Amino acid sequence: MAAIAADFSAPVLPKWIAPVLLLAFAYGVVPLIGSSYLFEAILLPFLALGLAGVGLNILTGYAGQVSLGSAAFMAAGAFAAYNFNLRVEGLPLIGSIVLAGIVAASIGIVFGLPSLRLKGFYLAVSTLAAQFFVQWALTKFSWFSNNSASGVIDAPRLSIGGFALDGAVGRYLFALTIVSILTFLAYRLVSSQTGRNFIAIRDNETAARIIGIPVLKTKLLAFAISSFIIGVAGVIWAFAYLRTVEPDGFDLDRSFQILFIIIIGGLASIGGAFFGAALIVVFPLALSRLGGFLLGDVFDSGVLDMSQRIVLGALIILFLILEPDGLVALWDRVRRRLLFAWQST
Amino acid sequence: MPLPSYALGAMEASVYAPEVFARGLPSVLQPAQLSEGDAGAAGSTANATAPLLSLQGIALSFGGVVALADIDLSVRSGEIRAIIGPNGAGKSSLINVISGVYRPDRGQVRLAGVGYTQVPTQRLAHLGVARTFQNLALFKGLSVLDNVASGLAYKVRSNFAGQVLGIGRSRGERRDALSRSAQILEFLDLAAVRDRLAGTLPYGLQKRVELARALVAEPRLLLLDEPMAGMTASEKSEMADFVRAARDRFATTVVLIEHDVGVVMGLSDRIAVLDYGRKIADGTPEEVRNDQRVIDAYLGIASDNEALSCDEGRAGI
Repeated sequence: MAAIAADFSAPVLPKWIAPVLLLAFAYGVVPLIGSSYLFEAILLPFLALGLAGVGLNILTGYAGQVSLGSAAFMAAGAFAAYNFNLRVEGLPLIGSIVLAGIVAASIGIVFGLPSLRLKGFYLAVSTLAAQFFVQWALTKFSWFSNNSASGVIDAPRLSIGGFALDGAVGRYLFALTIVSILTFLAYRLVSSQTGRNFIAIRDNETAARIIGIPVLKTKLLAFAISSFIIGVAGVIWAFAYLRTVEPDGFDLDRSFQILFIIIIGGLASIGGAFFGAALIVVFPLALSRLGGFLLGDVFDSGVLDMSQRIVLGALIILFLILEPDGLVALWDRVRRRLLFAWQST
Repeated sequence: MPLPSYALGAMEASVYAPEVFARGLPSVLQPAQLSEGDAGAAGSTANATAPLLSLQGIALSFGGVVALADIDLSVRSGEIRAIIGPNGAGKSSLINVISGVYRPDRGQVRLAGVGYTQVPTQRLAHLGVARTFQNLALFKGLSVLDNVASGLAYKVRSNFAGQVLGIGRSRGERRDALSRSAQILEFLDLAAVRDRLAGTLPYGLQKRVELARALVAEPRLLLLDEPMAGMTASEKSEMADFVRAARDRFATTVVLIEHDVGVVMGLSDRIAVLDYGRKIADGTPEEVRNDQRVIDAYLGIASDNEALSCDEGRAGI
């Protein structure tokens, strides 16, 4: 039995070293060397989608409840933050964001109610209702977009404590801070008793009920927390990245995109969401550069869009077959090899 | 191993039921008498008190198929009570009725003096009842230690915010759950695999982890649904020792469903035999062993069929 236990030698470095170094780099080095293109086209969408992935991973990866309504919760968060900011006098930006998260969480609880009776595929279909309903409501009632004729509204200027964060670097730091805090809290959550209850319900609901885990309450909690995080991701997406708020940006495609992020990155892994988001964001840019370089003018935006879908579809199939645990598992294996090689020299 | 192994001889000889009866029971099962002596003593002290669990007129059918018909059963405090029977006799249905997974069509389950038409599954742990499942029901994505600790989840009072921030009672709860789980793992000889993911363990160990998860709450009543199914003879005897030791250490009452008649005879204080959803016998291992209806149920009354299928089998080889 001792032989079973001693399978892998523990890594020499403590777990928190890598995230801390990464954060130090993101705060200390990236703002100095990054170009505006890097912030606007890569890092801001990466941070927003990564955070949305973390939110969906709590619900789908950990608690096992499949959802196709992520974009709806992003939209709910973005519009709620816009309206709080617009209509509540003197509310600081952070207050609007927290309240927006709470609004998204409440909508998440309402659309999580079917999960008490439905499972898997059927639940996924019922979360589509959230997707269509929220998008319809935001388009139908122009109050949400302050009666703007086009339905597209400018996001308010970002400022914290009178300190304006308008430039690309400012918005990047704003997004980075929120994403880091929420990701840290999410990490704490999934390694807490509540997080273990999520996993228990995912792995065997009957057994979880029998040993006394409050299944209904825990499922709704998963919906609430997940929607809160996705809602805040929606605020970052609209306020920091696009700087406009419009319902069309939060369509079903976006929901699928976030689902792909956690499948490719790794289900039930906080880091996986960021691996997946990086791939989803960087991949189309790399593809268009590569296509333009190889094929020249033939590779226009239509061809790009099509080839992007084809390659992405193929990638998802490949991942499901070859590495069901996602990029993060791949990364773990590479890191372990490197460590092993380094130790044995 | 810190366990009594006096009945090991009997357990080694565990074999399928029909062969046991065919070969003549007494010679095979003699060494088990020692443990029966124990059991008798435990039974007589508990006799005076009311039964911990009693079923009255339980009936259950799925569509037109009768799974259980008019079952009465009483379980005394502190005894190991086995329920045996051929495949499809209704054993698992009975455990599912006791644990509230199924709602019986008629009848009542009395638990520590309180009657239920359907036992509230969600409150089962609070009532001091724990169970294991016939097919493994571990949480594959959690470590062995966390699986066992999840057996104490029903006690958790801290909310998620406290747990995330590490304030309030959450830290104390976690420390308490981990130390108790570690003790149980030690007790069941699982300490060496405590950090492995439960899904990666071999089958026999997973069964034992499930027992640990049920035991960590120190239940008054432990329901074991085929805890030894699919195990080798030596694993079975080991498991039987663990069940007995758990009863002795935690004063838990055990209701046990098992296929392997040999193991059951040595382990249980009293045995109920089901066949086609009816209880056909109930008594000490000695009484059940000599009951003509039990022998018929296991061997089949018309032994022509058996002989025929045996011959066919040989011809096939």
